[in-house]
Amino acid sequence: MKPVAEAELHTYIDGALSEGARAEIEAWLASHPEDAERLRAYAEQNALLRSLYNPVLDEPVPAALLAVRPHAWRRYAGAAAIFALGIGLGWLVRGMFITPQMLPASLARQAATAHVVYSPEVRHPVEVRADEEEHLVNWLSKRLGTTLKAPKLGPLGYELVGGRLLSGPQGPVAHFMYQDGRGQRLTLYVSKQRGEPRDTAFRFSQEDRVSVFYWVDGNFGYALSGEIRREQLLQVAEVVYKQLNP
Amino acid sequence: MDRRHIIEHIPRLRRYARALVGDRYVADDLVQDTLERAWNKFYLWRPGSDLRAWLFTIMHNVFVNQARRRRYEIEQAMEEMPAVSVRATQSEQLELQDVDRVLRSLSPEQREVVLLVAVEQLTYEEVSGALDIPIGTVMSRLSRARERMRQLLGGQTVMPLKVVK
Repeated sequence: MKPVAEAELHTYIDGALSEGARAEIEAWLASHPEDAERLRAYAEQNALLRSLYNPVLDEPVPAALLAVRPHAWRRYAGAAAIFALGIGLGWLVRGMFITPQMLPASLARQAATAHVVYSPEVRHPVEVRADEEEHLVNWLSKRLGTTLKAPKLGPLGYELVGGRLLSGPQGPVAHFMYQDGRGQRLTLYVSKQRGEPRDTAFRFSQEDRVSVFYWVDGNFGYALSGEIRREQLLQVAEVVYKQLNP
Repeated sequence: MDRRHIIEHIPRLRRYARALVGDRYVADDLVQDTLERAWNKFYLWRPGSDLRAWLFTIMHNVFVNQARRRRYEIEQAMEEMPAVSVRATQSEQLELQDVDRVLRSLSPEQREVVLLVAVEQLTYEEVSGALDIPIGTVMSRLSRARERMRQLLGGQTVMPLKVVK
């Protein structure tokens, strides 16, 4: 009997084989129980891997993934009057020339967690209040090793409440809180990122009731969280980004 | 055929990414980066060629670039992987967990090949094209990966595989 090559044994469980080739391999396996046992195990691996991961096909596709296309930016621009065309084009051009890079999804989760923990606080929502803004910004800048700014969101109806220093997985985190006239709060989470400096596009994540827009700019990750609609949050995120990158 | 067809492939890209990197969020980031690149490089796609295979190629490139950047983290993760056999289990749930753990103990190169063949059911030629490696390399990675998985899952003593030419 002609020995069967290892590659052909794999073909037997993976794909189309002609009748002749199939019969030849079956004859080989009949007299080589070790190979037969091996192939049985490989076929079982295939079946187990499929039953592990096929359920992903039935999950609803996250909106953020469906939104990845140039048209999406124009749609949001329509919804957000403040989204100037120039910025929109800037983002498109940015997307074309900057290689997409890995953005830690955990950034959005950490920011959402911090938002959920601190924004319901009535008496102690922040460590340093906005009336000491200069001190707050200097203090957090020193701890993060950069020159921070607390974006001015007054024109959008949000005033700075204050901020605090948090401990994140990558070190100190600056956490700014804003509030509108109805008590709706937004938080901006600024965290130093490990590794080489890089830039990413805006990403959106829905963490339970908290919407988060997040991005990396140079050595810092930014995440803006709020329990408001995505379009509204995007307006604010655009303004934050613009102010931090004049 | 236009760019909108990319969207039809998102569920399968998500399945492959999830199997490749494990964590749901990291996997969706990988899909997102792949989609961004696909949109921006769509002019490079040859009409008439297999769009899905092209998307897998892009995902592979994004994954490899990220892996290179994160090599330290990956190496650390690999060190944590048990090199010991997983005991045989009765229940199917445990069996699935075991196969997932063993999958993670493969090198990323082996894992890509196993998943493209077993889960995505690409032909060996398509895998060779998507990963830009010779078909002989596809076969040797597949063969080593499967044997490693079998030994870890079956709890058998590790024996060098007899190569039959």
